[in-house]
Amino acid sequence: MNAFLALIGRDLRLALRQGSAVGTALGFYLVAVAIIPLGLGPDLNLLSRIAPGILWISFLLSAVLSVDALFQEDRDDGSLDALVLGPLPAELIAASKSIAHWVTTCVPLIVVTPLAGLLLNIQAEALPKLLAALLAGTVGVSFVAGAGAALTLGLRKGALLLPLLILPLFTPFLIFGVGAMATSAGAFEQSILLLFALSLFSVAAMPFAAALALRLGLE
Amino acid sequence: MKRGGTFSLARIEPIPGANLALSRTLAVEAVVAEGLDCQRGGRTVVSGISFRVEAGRALALRGPNGSGKTTLLRTIAGYLQPAAGGIEVIRPAACASKPADEGVYHYIGHANGIKPRLSVIENVSFWQGFYSGAADVEAAEDALDAFGLLNLASFSAGHLSQGQARRLGLARLLAARRPVWLLDEPQAALDVASTRLLERAIAAHLASGGLAIVSTHLDLALPDALILELGKPQPAQ
Repeated sequence: MNAFLALIGRDLRLALRQGSAVGTALGFYLVAVAIIPLGLGPDLNLLSRIAPGILWISFLLSAVLSVDALFQEDRDDGSLDALVLGPLPAELIAASKSIAHWVTTCVPLIVVTPLAGLLLNIQAEALPKLLAALLAGTVGVSFVAGAGAALTLGLRKGALLLPLLILPLFTPFLIFGVGAMATSAGAFEQSILLLFALSLFSVAAMPFAAALALRLGLE
Repeated sequence: MKRGGTFSLARIEPIPGANLALSRTLAVEAVVAEGLDCQRGGRTVVSGISFRVEAGRALALRGPNGSGKTTLLRTIAGYLQPAAGGIEVIRPAACASKPADEGVYHYIGHANGIKPRLSVIENVSFWQGFYSGAADVEAAEDALDAFGLLNLASFSAGHLSQGQARRLGLARLLAARRPVWLLDEPQAALDVASTRLLERAIAAHLASGGLAIVSTHLDLALPDALILELGKPQPAQ
């Protein structure tokens, strides 16, 4: 457990010192959300209707940006060799990386989402629902992304392949994330529960997929 | 890491702070390979390797470039699956219940495993805490001291020279003790004085009952080491 915390602590500290990965994701998110209204014209009703979908899509695209560095840096500088010899099984190494990704990328993105929503004229009563859906769903997003990053480890141009690989896997998160905003009775509760279920499944299953890929990536 | 008995031993040995008493649960009697064929990318690189290294001894791997020294070391460490044969870590009967190869190896490859964004002491402290499960600042500082880096402790690791970065990578060996060291050209980028520090660290490790498997094509003094000559690269079949 201490080794697990030490690894997460190191990754958070590195992300904090580096700043570029988080900054790129945040910047991409805000820029994407800011230019979409320019393309759609000044129809405020239209914007507030499609705001949740745009926010979710921009969120997922931004979250993918920082994923490829998740294992690649550790592999390139030899840290990954040393990590897998340590007391943690590869599954927990992968899980700690996904947790670090969620804390350093998804949480900052969620924090700026109210501001991004403002640019899209999102309804005030829709915002809490959106934030709840993001909190429930993005944990799973980070774990799916972690497995994808492990799978493309060691491939040349893996960073280009990665979005192709994992964006389709985000479809269920997107469907239920936007579904949570529907106005019909019970839609929010059902969607949130399904998002939780997706996240729990990802947390439970994805580290095993990632560990398998990591072992292959070390060859 | 238990530090019992360290002080009296440390006074005798030239290595400052090297924790010489390997905790008993980590002890290893021997590492044995039998009929080992090592493959990389589907091609058998070395074949028919058999050796037995007892605790307290070193095994030096020698051979020209491409003779499979790195492949053999990575196979022993478990990164690569052997094509045939196997490696066995023999533990004393007292800890036979533990999985044979769990927590036994340190592997130092061509890359140093250090983060340029962290300071020197943060780098070594991370590995110390990660491997041993409890932060021990003293052990981390002792490890730096043994490789002559203590005066650089608060420097950013990104500003180190090649040789200093190599020494920082090697300091991991002493920060958290493990019985089997797998070292791939450990003296690369080291000057003569630093190579002596490395030799002293290896000697102290062997004296405390550890063992080391070292690939080297340069002069690295390993007193009464077993020597395994790896042959010429074999043509692809």
